[in-house]
Amino acid sequence: MSKQEQHWEKTRNLLFITLAIWFVFSIGIFLFGAEMQESSIRPFGYPLTYWFTCQGSLAIFVILIFWFAGRQEKIDDEFGFTEREGDQ
Amino acid sequence: MIKGKFIDNLPKIYGIYTGGFLVFIILMSIAEQAGMSAKMIGIFFVAFTVLIYALIGWLSRTLQSDAYYVAGRQVPTVFNGMATAADWMSGASFVAMAGGIYFKGYGYMALLVGWTGGYVLVAALLAPYLRKFGCYTVPDFIGTRYGGNLARFCAVLVLTLASFTYVTAQINATGRIASVALDIPFNIAVYVGLASILMCSMLGGMRAVTWTQVAQYIVLIIAYLLPVFWISSNIGAGFFPHFMLADEVARIAELESQFGFAKNSAADMATVPKGLAQITKAHSSVNATPWQFISLAICMMAGTASLPHVMMRYFTTPSVRTARRSVGWSLFFIFLLYSSAPMLATLSKISLMDPNLATGIIGKSITEVQALDWYQNWNQAKLMFVSDFNGNGLLELNEFFMKGDAVVLATPEIAGLPYVISGLVAAGGMAAAMSTADGLVLAISNALSHDVYYKIINPKAETAKRLIVARVLLVIIGFAGATIAALEINDILGSVIWAFDFAMSGLFFPLVLGVWWKRANAAGAVAGMLLGLGSGTAYLVWVKWYAGAGFLGITTSTFGLVGASVSLVAMIVVSLITEAPDAATQKMVDEVRIPSGKTILGKQ
Repeated sequence: MSKQEQHWEKTRNLLFITLAIWFVFSIGIFLFGAEMQESSIRPFGYPLTYWFTCQGSLAIFVILIFWFAGRQEKIDDEFGFTEREGDQ
Repeated sequence: MIKGKFIDNLPKIYGIYTGGFLVFIILMSIAEQAGMSAKMIGIFFVAFTVLIYALIGWLSRTLQSDAYYVAGRQVPTVFNGMATAADWMSGASFVAMAGGIYFKGYGYMALLVGWTGGYVLVAALLAPYLRKFGCYTVPDFIGTRYGGNLARFCAVLVLTLASFTYVTAQINATGRIASVALDIPFNIAVYVGLASILMCSMLGGMRAVTWTQVAQYIVLIIAYLLPVFWISSNIGAGFFPHFMLADEVARIAELESQFGFAKNSAADMATVPKGLAQITKAHSSVNATPWQFISLAICMMAGTASLPHVMMRYFTTPSVRTARRSVGWSLFFIFLLYSSAPMLATLSKISLMDPNLATGIIGKSITEVQALDWYQNWNQAKLMFVSDFNGNGLLELNEFFMKGDAVVLATPEIAGLPYVISGLVAAGGMAAAMSTADGLVLAISNALSHDVYYKIINPKAETAKRLIVARVLLVIIGFAGATIAALEINDILGSVIWAFDFAMSGLFFPLVLGVWWKRANAAGAVAGMLLGLGSGTAYLVWVKWYAGAGFLGITTSTFGLVGASVSLVAMIVVSLITEAPDAATQKMVDEVRIPSGKTILGKQ
């Protein structure tokens, strides 16, 4: 497998992991909105589903993007595909 | 004080700007103490900030196409994040979202999740690859990746429809704010808003829009957060509302069950001005089915990843790596406002409802409420209404009506803050609506001038001529938008949601598969765009104007699900039954997938 194919395979795997986490916090948990709302876990005292819609999911997305960017940069570095001065 | 290149001095320049704005707020509050009228304060706030943006727009004027279309590709990561946040957070986010949550509760909080979650898709699926492509516009990517003017033209079509729907909502919002703050009729205020928008974008294109958007972000975030923190500590809810409003949320639920959600008779409702809403949904309980919530969230997320005015912000960063990180910063700056919107809704509602607070009006005598200054102002603007339906002389929860779009603007007054805060909020709302309208009008006119005029009609046109065409189109589109906005077809939030559904129907899969599926070809992309947009629009028309029953619980807010599904199927089927893209195209896709090396389109 060429260097480029390996790079793309790793990139694709990272995409799947990222999308899986994204799916859980944007769609998955809201399948159980009513059940979660009754949960005894109450972040800062807010009902759980309410908290996820106000803050929880949103904050997780922010962290997820930065984590994703860091991992992707590592993959690019590993295969020597990072941009150099004057590339653009 | 400022030496060297503009780009190197950005933190200093915007630091001074922010300090200057805070000083202006302090001066205005001193002026208020000294007896300046509320009306004058409103005028000063809106006029002063708009003039600053116009000044930045004028200073950023340019005659170079790279600067006009992509701000010279040198916008630093964090500043691009701020500009994107302002570009993104429209009148809908600033003015209407908290109001939507206020009246509809959980069902509308899907917007918060959708409008943030979409950025994960942007970062992972699209932004870095489109940056590597080196295009000027989104149709530029479609046209080059798939090849052929037809694909390019279809992309322009979808872009124009989605962005135009969106921009009418923004001009509507600027008009609404200008009419309240400057006290002029709405259909004139719309053109005042338009003039301000054009001043920011006409001379400098993307470069001017970038630097005004950063300035607008600073104004809008101060304007949104200050009242939230202030009201929270004023009513003793805690100095950091985001972590401390659990008791208030519980208290609202208690008051809701105490007052009840009584339904008004049709005869009573006929006396209420059109478009005003009453509180009928519980504030914090889960009152939508999982599908209602999720379908709306999916549409907003996919729409986010297909809206060209957002995507083109990532064409302006210096590199692929910074484009990726910039998406993270964008979402961080958006998060600051979005996580505050439900807090604002909570604080606004408790200020209004709780009889223990001095500001609570539910349960007070109707004549007392009607005598309130702020009630009279907002009632006059046809944005608020009370009526004693049951004739008991007291204001009940079901006898209070407000337009959702007015919640954010009216909250400082309802909560008894000095008028200077209301002026600030008006300036913030204006900034939010203007920044988005700028980005949208520019996206449309760039697509028409670059993709239709330059690439299809007259490929030999010189730069100067192209930029003149771009500017003329900018003005025409602006006026068309303002004219339609003055008709008030849909409310702000409703139109914005439609724009997302349009964009998602036509562009989501052609964009994503363009990077992630080498086999996708021009015929497939054209089929995907046209059938996607066509079926989504047909569904909307059927349900909205022909009283169609719809299917699968898909509403006029989520018709993008129909469009995008059709688009995906059409694109795959048509791509597979027609010839695979040639070797050159396949190689181009390979190049897009790695950050290093020259951009595909190079310097244009």
